[in-house]
Amino acid sequence: MMSTATGKTALALGSAALLLLYGAAGALAQKGGDEIVLGAAVSLTGKYSVNGKNTKDGYDIGIKRLNEMGGVKVSGKTYKLKVVYYDDESTPARGAQLAERLINQDGVKYVLGAYSSGLTKAIAPITEKYKVPHVEGNGAARELFTEGYKYLFAVLSTSDYYLRDAVNLAAEVAKEHGRDPKTMKIAMAFENDPFSLDVRAGIVEAANKQGMKIVIDDKLPPEINDMAATLTKVKAVKPDLLLVSGHEKGATLVVRQTAEMKVDVPIVATTHCDSAKIAENLSKLAEGVLCASQWDRKLSYKDKWFGSADDYAKAFEKEFKYPAPYQAAESTASVLVFADAFQRAGSLDPEKVRDAIAKTDIMTFFGPIKFDETGKNTAKPMVLYQVRGGDYKVVAPTQWAETKMVYPRKMSQ
Amino acid sequence: MDNLRLLFDAPVLSVQLLLDGILIGAIFALAAYGMTLVWGVMNIINVAQGEMVMLGGYVAFYLYKKGIHPLFGVPVAAVLLFAIGWALYRLVIFRVVDKDLFISILATFGLSILIQQLANEFFGADVRTAESGFGTYTLFSGAVTVTQIKLIAFAVAILTGAVLLWFLRKSRMGQAIRATAQNARAARVMGIDTDRVYAWTFALNAAICGASGALVAMTWIVHPYLGLPYTIRSFMIVIIAGLGNVLAVFATALALGAAENFAGFIFGAEYQAAFIFGLLVVILVSRRVWLARERRYLA
Repeated sequence: MMSTATGKTALALGSAALLLLYGAAGALAQKGGDEIVLGAAVSLTGKYSVNGKNTKDGYDIGIKRLNEMGGVKVSGKTYKLKVVYYDDESTPARGAQLAERLINQDGVKYVLGAYSSGLTKAIAPITEKYKVPHVEGNGAARELFTEGYKYLFAVLSTSDYYLRDAVNLAAEVAKEHGRDPKTMKIAMAFENDPFSLDVRAGIVEAANKQGMKIVIDDKLPPEINDMAATLTKVKAVKPDLLLVSGHEKGATLVVRQTAEMKVDVPIVATTHCDSAKIAENLSKLAEGVLCASQWDRKLSYKDKWFGSADDYAKAFEKEFKYPAPYQAAESTASVLVFADAFQRAGSLDPEKVRDAIAKTDIMTFFGPIKFDETGKNTAKPMVLYQVRGGDYKVVAPTQWAETKMVYPRKMSQ
Repeated sequence: MDNLRLLFDAPVLSVQLLLDGILIGAIFALAAYGMTLVWGVMNIINVAQGEMVMLGGYVAFYLYKKGIHPLFGVPVAAVLLFAIGWALYRLVIFRVVDKDLFISILATFGLSILIQQLANEFFGADVRTAESGFGTYTLFSGAVTVTQIKLIAFAVAILTGAVLLWFLRKSRMGQAIRATAQNARAARVMGIDTDRVYAWTFALNAAICGASGALVAMTWIVHPYLGLPYTIRSFMIVIIAGLGNVLAVFATALALGAAENFAGFIFGAEYQAAFIFGLLVVILVSRRVWLARERRYLA
């Protein structure tokens, strides 16, 4: 009897405390006080938990730095920034639900993006409905920006840009070696998901422009664990380029299996190799592979908040004890966009903030940010690395590059 | 059908596909041995089969991280997974063993989700590999490659199959397992502790899956969501091969691996799985027709 009584009391107390917490969060956001509250649903559990944590860490370090520098000044008054987080469990339905909750219950008027295109796609209609500005750095799908959303802004390059430059770089190199790019053959394999299919669409456009021929075009199933069948084909038709996009799995498999099956293609490029850590984990096997990335610490971008890209990376590593992935950098950049827009808007009215965001034209450690009328950042180019001796070297875009690409790729024996 | 023409133009590709298929088939066989055992003896379809493979993969990966050659992961994973399998039986499986098949499917489905999420929590969602450092043999002046790790996996699969056969035929526990499979009640009457038999069967299944998982991590990759394809493949293999028939399981697995590889080559990777499931339907239908005819003769 005793135990049930205490149990009930504990339950009552617990729920009371919970109610109080909700109330407090809501009141805080509504009152505003000296704080501007942003909201974000991020994936802390589920399949995106690694990237979700990168996203959250990126937001946190941005907020921390802005607050250390005194916060943001909006028409003479200084505000500190704060983010309310929820865990979206890596599922779009949950993300949409949490966005509703952030806006309706917590009174959040500005939303930071979730991780992945799928979740962003689920949340964008909600922020649109409530006319809440939504700046994101981790939803790269092209279709996010063909819906006519007015309140959605992305600081990153959309996914169709990921491997476009690999094709253009190949054409450049071919000309240097006295070869007509029109004689080049492309083999490609993509996971059957919206992101990878966008990457594919970008490559097809670039290949058509360069007059290259696509000889293999495989779609990998999402549960892909083996690329042997595709690579056997690649080995047989001897293309000049092999392009793969299948998240971390695809990157790891293509590196490992091209080495094991001795599939020697002069240019091999893939997405997600930095998050798959191919240079670190498969250093010798990965030699010469090209990787697409949104950002790199070695780029010479600079801003007033963090300094250079490298300064940002150092600050991040000091704070979180792991090297800054681009997923974190683009998240931090989203926070900077908000801070800049608050100051220029001179108001906390979401409508005015939205208009200020649309007119953003800033340089950050992450690269230039300027949105086109659909809300995507078209000012920043993608980066291509080449894995060399267990490290990543920036080889494109050529004006920011550290070094020239080794062509053809020299596979380790 | 360009791909088909490619096969005729360069027949050596068929050798590559066949070899690769047979060698990966051996790894499927390992996962399927246990499923046929658990299904045959306990009448449980273990949906968490693939998750045990995944756990085995992580054992190999963590050994590799510690600087120990991941090949030791094969026995270590087997031992660890045996213990986990035993514990799972004592915690969950014994409650559903005599129940409806549907209940046990639900229970093991729940287990599979739980194990997946725990792995995600503790090991992280990163894609990992355990580098075995083994090389590659080349045949036909480089046109065909065979990785040594796949050959090792093949050898492990044959060895495990042989040991399993010997164990079931000769050992005391093996005989008890077979007796229980034939008639659990009669076995109990004869003084066999069927509860213990079930625990052994389930733990043995987990151990074999663990060993195959270690090989998977060395051959390809390991991540928390690796399991499902292995569960589905073992399920298919057992359906075609029949319950409790280790040799048929092995043969079916090799055939499945080869078929899958050829399908992936000819139709493209996106139809690899679809082709296999199509094949399953054809096999089941034709077997039914064949069995029905057989029954008519008997009548």
